Amino acid sequence: MSRRRDGARVPAPLLVPAALGVLFLALPLVGLLVRTPWSQLGRQLAAPGVGEALRLSLVSATLATVLSLVLGVPLAWVLARSRARGRSVLRALVTVPLVLPPVVGGVALFLVLGRQGIVGSWLDDLGITIPFTTAAVVIAETFVAMPFLVISVEGALRAADTRFEDVAATLGAGRWTTFRRVTLPLVAPGVAAGAVLCWARALGEFGATITFAGNFPGTTQTMPLAVYLALQRDPDAAIVLSVLLLAVSLATLLLLRDRWLGRAAV
Amino acid sequence: MSLRAAVAVRRGDLHLDLDLEVADGEVLAVLGPNGAGKSTLLRVLAGLLPPDDGTVVVDGVTWDGDGVHLPAHRRSLGMVFQDALLFPHLTVADNVGFGLRTRGSSRAEARAAAAAWLDRVGLAGLGPRRPTALSGGQAQRAALARALVGDPALLLLDEPLSALDARTRLAVRAELRRHLAEFGGSAVLVTHDPVDALALAGRVAVVEDGRVVQAGTPDEIARRPRTDYVARLVGLSLLPGTAVGRSVRLDGGATVAAAEDAAGPVFAAIRPESVALYVHRPEGSPRNVWRERVAGATPHGATVRCELDGEVPLVADVTATAFAELGLAPGAEVWATVKASEVAVYAR
Repeated sequence: MSRRRDGARVPAPLLVPAALGVLFLALPLVGLLVRTPWSQLGRQLAAPGVGEALRLSLVSATLATVLSLVLGVPLAWVLARSRARGRSVLRALVTVPLVLPPVVGGVALFLVLGRQGIVGSWLDDLGITIPFTTAAVVIAETFVAMPFLVISVEGALRAADTRFEDVAATLGAGRWTTFRRVTLPLVAPGVAAGAVLCWARALGEFGATITFAGNFPGTTQTMPLAVYLALQRDPDAAIVLSVLLLAVSLATLLLLRDRWLGRAAV
Repeated sequence: MSLRAAVAVRRGDLHLDLDLEVADGEVLAVLGPNGAGKSTLLRVLAGLLPPDDGTVVVDGVTWDGDGVHLPAHRRSLGMVFQDALLFPHLTVADNVGFGLRTRGSSRAEARAAAAAWLDRVGLAGLGPRRPTALSGGQAQRAALARALVGDPALLLLDEPLSALDARTRLAVRAELRRHLAEFGGSAVLVTHDPVDALALAGRVAVVEDGRVVQAGTPDEIARRPRTDYVARLVGLSLLPGTAVGRSVRLDGGATVAAAEDAAGPVFAAIRPESVALYVHRPEGSPRNVWRERVAGATPHGATVRCELDGEVPLVADVTATAFAELGLAPGAEVWATVKASEVAVYAR
């Protein structure tokens, strides 16, 4: 025990910035909780539109996560396992939404999927309109959040022992069977961790959503949009909504951590 | 001939060029130092690595060659790896039944076959466990069951015993020998341990730098080593005798104490480095102490290989320093001791 403490002794040049870093990250949250008008909590939460925004946020973030899993896990496999040329280009493309300002992402989506967009005009002919619908919210969130899942799953795939895949092959498993029955279960903790990250990112999405999906209560106004809007006219309401969003995020993280993320850390 | 392979692989420094033939029911040991290309050979035979050139034909079916490359999962084979590599997310029984499920058996059939095989390898009742709950020896037995459950035409064993501790290795080796004797297909065992090769295989191919430098029965290899490497490798003293419990009565009359139970006609094998030499009878009571006479001595780098005559003919490796300090020379009288745990016993 004492040995461990010796090993963990932090040099002062690291300790001071580290402590400042913790303060920097924690203080805003503390401030939020201190300023929360706890007495009005019930009334604010019962206000019209709050439940709707929360429900829309949870549903669209969950759909975005499902979509990211369906598209992102195979993409991560290709990045981690295939020996095809142009993989580095592909990885760069996948990483772009991570560094791209979400508003720009929203504009880009609009240019492609808008009624005059490359794909959108064609969809329009079929009678499908995407911008300013709940579908647009899900698409915007997926665009911004999927890279988190891809990167996390790709890391897990790279860390996984590929000899298990060799074993599966010698036992008659083709590549698809091997993926389903061996690879995917082995990286399940990484997939779960990536899905949580992805979900959290989607839940907090603002820029791409407001640009591509707009801000219509009931169909596209998610919690972050509601918070921003409330801040303009009723700061107390904004604080309450923020605390609610914080509580939902933390609850999800804690709930999932015990089930999957703990194993991922091992 | 059931397996016929002529395989060439070029990978960096490794130039593998091997010709092998293994009959039905035969076990071929490919013996060689690390980096000789043994594992690469197995990967080629398994279909995990396409050879640069050559053919692999099993039971008349071309697996590699003539423009054909049958992928691993289409080959009728079982493979046992050094570290067992049981799938950690499946139970032991599901691991064993895995090959049957991928080849189209129903869940119930796979369960039944897995249970039967777990019984055969002495793991009855452990099916519902996770692989992490097994000891190293148990895991390797389960891996063997997993490889054999589909009744493959070709069994590949990649250093199957080298990850096990010495004591477990003896037990698993004896069991592996029994299962190999019952196995009807061709088996290729890759190992760097001459004891494994001599104990488990009917024929041995010694591989050095990607080539077979010598092939033959274990006896031929041990009697007439053709390269220095083979000579050092099989410097083992092979002592024929009859085992009763943990002791082996040699045909020459002396008795050797071993650490494992055996019965019937056996070989007791002792490595040269396991033999310690003393001028005076050592204190304490090591169970194997014999009076010997140095019949010959050959320097091998920093060690000297001593041939010993006496009630138990042995070969001993001692350091050049010890050789000088003990005043050893041909004709010198010495005491030789061997720990019981260093004696490998296997059926003749």
